[in-house]
Amino acid sequence: MEPFSKIRSVATPLDKVNVDTDQIVPKQFLKLVQKTGFGQYLFYDWRYGTDGAPRKDFVLNDPAFRGSKILLAGNNFGCGSSREHAVWALLDFGFRAVISTSFADIFYNNCFKNGILPVRVDEKTLRMLFENRSEVEIDLEAQTVTSGEISAHFEIESHWKKVLLEGLDDIAATLRHGEEISRYENLHKDCDPRAS
Amino acid sequence: MNITEKILSRASGRERVAPDDVVFANVDKVMVHDVSGPGVIAVFEKLRKGGMKIDKLHDPQKVWVAEDHFVPAADKISAQNIVLLTQFARDFGITRHFKYGMGQYGICHTLSHEEAMVLPGEVYVGGDSHTNTTGALGAFAAGLGHTDVAYVLLNGKIWFKVPETLYFRLDGKLPGYVMAKDLILRIIGEIGTDGAAYKTMEFGGTGISGMSVEERLTLTNMTTEAGAKSGIIEPDQKIRDYLAQRGAATYREVHGDTDAQYAKIFEYDASELEPTVAKPFSPENVAPARELSSVPLDKAYIGSCTGAKLEDLRAAAGILRGRKVKIRTEVLPAAISIYRKAMEEGLIKIFMDAGAMVGPPTCGACCGAHMGVLAKDEVCISTTNRNFPGRMGHVDSKTYLASPLVAAASAVTGKITDPRDIK
Repeated sequence: MEPFSKIRSVATPLDKVNVDTDQIVPKQFLKLVQKTGFGQYLFYDWRYGTDGAPRKDFVLNDPAFRGSKILLAGNNFGCGSSREHAVWALLDFGFRAVISTSFADIFYNNCFKNGILPVRVDEKTLRMLFENRSEVEIDLEAQTVTSGEISAHFEIESHWKKVLLEGLDDIAATLRHGEEISRYENLHKDCDPRAS
Repeated sequence: MNITEKILSRASGRERVAPDDVVFANVDKVMVHDVSGPGVIAVFEKLRKGGMKIDKLHDPQKVWVAEDHFVPAADKISAQNIVLLTQFARDFGITRHFKYGMGQYGICHTLSHEEAMVLPGEVYVGGDSHTNTTGALGAFAAGLGHTDVAYVLLNGKIWFKVPETLYFRLDGKLPGYVMAKDLILRIIGEIGTDGAAYKTMEFGGTGISGMSVEERLTLTNMTTEAGAKSGIIEPDQKIRDYLAQRGAATYREVHGDTDAQYAKIFEYDASELEPTVAKPFSPENVAPARELSSVPLDKAYIGSCTGAKLEDLRAAAGILRGRKVKIRTEVLPAAISIYRKAMEEGLIKIFMDAGAMVGPPTCGACCGAHMGVLAKDEVCISTTNRNFPGRMGHVDSKTYLASPLVAAASAVTGKITDPRDIK
């Protein structure tokens, strides 16, 4: 995965709460067996009319946000189905970070497996970012979000921070610790017969 | 420690764990279906491209496969995915594959209890957000994304941050015409769709011990809609009997300690509950069924892992017996074993006499994929678990979530109807 350090881009404002993964990638696209190419289906039902033409009133179709790497969204983003396709679509479309007040658990974890940074900020900061409309910078090393006068710190588990900074694949990251895992298991195998 | 902490401590070989500890837990059972299976295959392909050799799973005996979302094959791609999934199971020696059209099959979460695939005290993960359902048997059950499932398949374990537990105590006996669905909708209405985010929801009290196993499963199933990591209920004699009837007798039950700690305790008096409906477009948007009696409907849907277990079908049939439906009504038992029992009990005849359509087990219309999706502006009352925009079809359709009793009563009148008001 591409290492994540600092990104700076205009932020796409999606001012909706409880955006579920079926809105992110509608179910009709779940049948495809690949990890790439889902960007074209991102927010499909909001992005395109029934005639298949882009809807002018939807933010992803606004030229002002073309090339944006940061998505701003309301509370509880990514709820609903566990489909990892939702994260694959965001990444494929070009997003590297999503800023919200909270994320659904499975979605939140899926982000790190694919090199997307979910950033949790407080309600006040999120509102200011929605209103600000200028470029946003996310510095993962410093754990800060800045935009104009706005500057906020965000929390991230140290493991996830390392995974993103180094661009580690989650599975590769764990395998790096193969020796320690084996040692741990040898130590504990008497406690639990299943740890073999 | 409470039951969740004790299961995770045992699975990770630790004497004690507390909320926020990170544990590396052995996984006892893993499930993939026809959406997450191909997702896992895609992850494997990527790993292979990166030079990783993948020729065997950690333990294929712990893995089982369900075909449920796009079956009976919705189109050519779905049909191809079933072929792919079958090949995957064969390549890796997974023998427990419930194939549609070959005896028992059904919705993965329904099979997890119908077939006793998961047992008390186990750690169970699945590639589906409603994996929480099976926690009603006294297991730690949680949904994962495709990469995490792939990881478990290869390594047999996974990291968990030990969740805090919210305890929901129900005391007393549910009044007539009130079901577990009404309780869980009431709870979600109170705590919100992220009210239990990364927490476990545990249910207990006399109201829960008085509840059947299938009703308990409705509660844990919808913990997902409150954002919960898992839902769980301590196993009791009803669980033992239920599992014994399904041939499972050997397992190591786990119970919480008497001094178990909970982040918060919520208390409910069963006698105060009433038929409850979640309005579009969120499961937290609840109201008493009686307040919605002017809402006209186009369809009633009695299906899914939430609302098409045998007792759900019995409840609906109790209302539909001798009556006719006024709107399109679809009944889809959640597994073949349930379908068969419903047939033997005469429930299928009741549905057909009422004019309802009876279909095969599938997640199809619940997730708006196929087999009865909603048109633009159509309104549906459904025994399922989600009513987000477009969940059951067109993005401008509407779904009201309700118990099978409310759905059946509404099918008879064509409007949202409290079953206590049916004449």
